[in-house]
Amino acid sequence: MRQNKLSLFAAPYVLWMAVFVVIPILMVVVYAFTSASGGFTLDNFARIGSYAVVFTRSFKLAIIATLICLLIGYPISCFLAREGARFQRVALMLIMLPMWMNFLLRTYAWMSILENTGLLNRFFAAIGLFDLINGIFGTDLEYFKMINTQGAVVLGMVYNFLPFMILPIYSVIVKLDHRLIEAARDLGADSVTVFRRVTLPLSLPGVLSGVTMVFVPAVSTFAISQLLGGGQQLLLGNLIEMQFKGTAYNPQLGSAVALVMMVIVVICMTVMNRFGEGEEQAVVL
Amino acid sequence: MKKTLSLTLALALSAGLLAGCGNSGNGSGENEERVVNVCSWGEYIDESLISQFEEETGITVNYQTVPSNEELYSILSMGGANYDVIVPSDYMISQLIEEDMLQPLDYEKIPNFSKIADRFKNLSYDPENLYTVPYAWGTLGIIYNSTMVEEPITSWDAMFDTQYADQVLMINNSRDALGIALIDLGYSVNTDSEEELQAAFDLLAQAKRDGVYQAWVMDEVFDKMEAGEAAIATYYAGDYLSMLENNPDLEFVIPEEGSNWFVDAMCILKDAENVDEAHEWINFMASTEASLKNMDYIWYASPNQEALEQYPEYYEETYGEPLDMELYEIMAAPQNVLENCEAYLVRPEATRALYNDLWTELGIIS
Repeated sequence: MRQNKLSLFAAPYVLWMAVFVVIPILMVVVYAFTSASGGFTLDNFARIGSYAVVFTRSFKLAIIATLICLLIGYPISCFLAREGARFQRVALMLIMLPMWMNFLLRTYAWMSILENTGLLNRFFAAIGLFDLINGIFGTDLEYFKMINTQGAVVLGMVYNFLPFMILPIYSVIVKLDHRLIEAARDLGADSVTVFRRVTLPLSLPGVLSGVTMVFVPAVSTFAISQLLGGGQQLLLGNLIEMQFKGTAYNPQLGSAVALVMMVIVVICMTVMNRFGEGEEQAVVL
Repeated sequence: MKKTLSLTLALALSAGLLAGCGNSGNGSGENEERVVNVCSWGEYIDESLISQFEEETGITVNYQTVPSNEELYSILSMGGANYDVIVPSDYMISQLIEEDMLQPLDYEKIPNFSKIADRFKNLSYDPENLYTVPYAWGTLGIIYNSTMVEEPITSWDAMFDTQYADQVLMINNSRDALGIALIDLGYSVNTDSEEELQAAFDLLAQAKRDGVYQAWVMDEVFDKMEAGEAAIATYYAGDYLSMLENNPDLEFVIPEEGSNWFVDAMCILKDAENVDEAHEWINFMASTEASLKNMDYIWYASPNQEALEQYPEYYEETYGEPLDMELYEIMAAPQNVLENCEAYLVRPEATRALYNDLWTELGIIS
């Protein structure tokens, strides 16, 4: 009885999911399998082969960005979890702070930082870095080319999505049962072993959700690659956006690309979660 | 802490939702408040005109913007909008007319239509002038930074020249980018020939592979050209004049091969809910007073004959210095320049599909 009453509270959420998640996905599926005139076709998928470059580029950049986020995010989370409560609160606030600003605005800001005549290059020029390099190597360097490169796109991804890596890992680590670590120590494990055998496996769920939360938006982003990649580094998000928002209007093809991307992402995530579950169980045993 | 966080996020989300509802929620009421939903390009109106119109008529204006004709079209064809007045460009207007998405205007409610110069009436996109009142017009050309090129640019060749590798900003929409390549090759911007379009594609693709293009941009061009980030870009004359205010080294040229000229015109959608209000808005924007004010703000020429004639005087009165006639001619290109320019016409379905395919293909070249 009591259970039933509570489940009423879930109704709005279920409705929300149905209307804004399930139905749109169904629409994407329908679009992907139809032609412009509405008949069934597999043409859209046949054409995807020619966009293999875009798929590899997107996945490559997203994987790199996710790895970097993990490499930066994990140590930060560990470090944070060990500090006092007050420090944690302030630090978390600082990590969240940039997210209160509009995402596009932040990316635009990076544009003016990275540009050839941008803040960073002007700073390098002002401290005489280019003169120094030119003096040593006899080059005539005037700026570092940073904007409109794949590196800039990865930087944009890492900058924008890093909090999504830190927060889940942190929230898992901070809840770790300290008695387990103490027990491991008592049993003679050094700190490397403690980390490898206790902390790391127990934090994997956080890592997995962090990886998902960084990888999925990174692989489908279009704003970052347009602004920081100069429209030269076309990613899946751009390809899909083009098909829907006009410059090359073809929602059927766009849906097919989106569907294939979705399937690949789901497969990746399932495989990863399997791997994660196994680890967790090993620890419990 | 986490609770506070999620609460903040939830609040932020719902605030966004509410704001979204606020924008789209009105529009139907009959004896309630009168409204008109206008959709135009960004930075394309002197916003004080909106409040002036609201004060004079008591009609609330919901003013929204989209970045391109193509995006406007996809919004309209997905049925996601409730606009009354839209301001598309010529070729998009003829496509919308063809697809029966516009309604004929009641010109008796738009007395200011008589002030539109004759050369902007009955144009090819609306030959009998049943659906449109021109809003602004202009040309496409090359904007370059005179300190970054060795000699003045005179030809579209510069947009494909490896001499300027990594110094060129290409315009990021299919019609203009392929159009430039077509003009450079001596073809019509309205060709349906697969070979000619393929040749235009090859020209762009080769230049892209050769690293000529620093980036493919739309409105990002403002920041980049003003900051001296790139030497050469293709964009619209009116926007050049805005950039010039921030960087006096910039020059504008309509290349010798000719170019594209365009008219953006106000139309009312077939399923508009506020037809009377829409007519009032169009009439207001076509008036000489509004045209002068708007032209001064957006730097795109008005089609209003009186406004065109009075503008130099208006400028002098407003700013206390005479208008540079060279700039005036960039904004309102004289007839002999226009004769060398071609307007875009709507292309048949097959050509549009080809444009889309070529454009996507161009995007994946690295």
